[in-house]
Amino acid sequence: MTEIHQPIVACRQVSKAFGEKQVLRDVSFEVKAGEILCILGRSGTGKSVTLKLLIALQRPDHGKIWIDDDEITSMDAAGLSKVRRKMGFLFQDAALFDGLTLYENLALPLARLTGKGRDEIDIAVTNTLKQVGLACDTQKKPSALSGGMRKRAGLARALILNPKVLLADEPSSGLDRITASEIDDLLLQQRSESNTTIVVVTHDVHGARKIGDKFGVLDKGRMIAFGTVDEVESSEHEVARRLISER
Amino acid sequence: MVNPIAFFGEISLFGFRAVRDSFSPPFEAEQVHMQMNEIGARSLPLVLASGFALGMVMSLHTRGTLVTFGATALIPTVHAMAFFIEIGPLVTGLLVSGRVGAGIGAVLSNMRVTEQIDGIESLSVDSFKFLVVPRVLACVLMLPLLTLFMDFASLVGGYLAEFAISHISVELYLSRAFMYLEWPNFIAPVLKTSVFGFIIGTVSSYFGYTTDEGAEGVGRAATNSVVISSLLIILADVILVKCILFLFPETAL
Repeated sequence: MTEIHQPIVACRQVSKAFGEKQVLRDVSFEVKAGEILCILGRSGTGKSVTLKLLIALQRPDHGKIWIDDDEITSMDAAGLSKVRRKMGFLFQDAALFDGLTLYENLALPLARLTGKGRDEIDIAVTNTLKQVGLACDTQKKPSALSGGMRKRAGLARALILNPKVLLADEPSSGLDRITASEIDDLLLQQRSESNTTIVVVTHDVHGARKIGDKFGVLDKGRMIAFGTVDEVESSEHEVARRLISER
Repeated sequence: MVNPIAFFGEISLFGFRAVRDSFSPPFEAEQVHMQMNEIGARSLPLVLASGFALGMVMSLHTRGTLVTFGATALIPTVHAMAFFIEIGPLVTGLLVSGRVGAGIGAVLSNMRVTEQIDGIESLSVDSFKFLVVPRVLACVLMLPLLTLFMDFASLVGGYLAEFAISHISVELYLSRAFMYLEWPNFIAPVLKTSVFGFIIGTVSSYFGYTTDEGAEGVGRAATNSVVISSLLIILADVILVKCILFLFPETAL
């Protein structure tokens, strides 16, 4: 049984522009602990930017963002570092450090941030890689992994610090339906085992409906619909209704 | 159009941050060691081959001129002074800026484009300390060592060229080579290459780390790293030679 608590991620009237291009306009939403929010939208509507704002890889022009009661938009580097320890980020192309092996990619944050010894790191890395089905590939470099394996490796790295909040940018992009479904299952497993709050940006409506508790639809930088699948399906915005009903 | 003053201001701040962060923990010993291997050990064949070839060529050219004045005995002396005081440090700086500068610019910009730097940041790891500081430090530490190898490779090349013509002994060649060389002639020019290393590390890392232009930006970062590093090395050399002559007037020839 998944526990649902207070909002652990909250965005209030967030706006972001790159030069002349306004990417996000007054976007507000919140995600409760243990919930999975899927953000849908057409390409170029600001979905990935939203995720990067949540982990402060980019800063909003206006608005505020809270992660687990910490307001992060005005935080300094030291404060952000502490907040990011509670978060994991699965990048669209995994963004694994290509100079390191899979083992080293996962061991890096453990060695630097947790003060764990070599044996403890070995156990943590092995367990996490086992969880995503890559226990036999520890010594491979990212370039030697297939697309699906890279995605799972990226997920393993995002989970290695046992985050309270997991952000996933297009976890199923470029994958066949079966592999994408395996990634979805791993996200559900993570939520059920650790009560991790997950925010997923995706084009894959089939996968989103499988894992999501809440859905947000972004269009032209605005959150035009937010709520359960039924609420979005009955939204006044046609774009939202069409997006959520595509299979 | 980029404002050159703002541009050099940004690079200066970037370099200042690299210096400041290299004195604050955590110290990236493993990364520094890795970069010293990449920047130092892997540049060694190029530096040795260049030093050897330049030494031979220099010796042959010098002979042609000194024969005219009946001063062939001074060939090793002229050769050593030219190399140890100026040619060795400058050529090493330029060679390394070509090999290493392009590499640093391309690697870091590729990491930026493929979101690897964001990936490191998302893990609460300071990407600047992890990626930039070790590269700058490795350049600062390895340039003087590479310069020593360049200087001695050039001596070997010079000696072989001279031996082929005059059958001079090693002992005589070396005694003539170091006849007028004092420690300040040797140490100050070698140490000035640390400044060249700082320029290479900082400029290349700056272009790589701050790129935001996709795949095209990777190529541009590599090119800019080499061009601007080389230019700044030559400019810095003029200033440093003046400083060395001011601090060690006895080194003036």
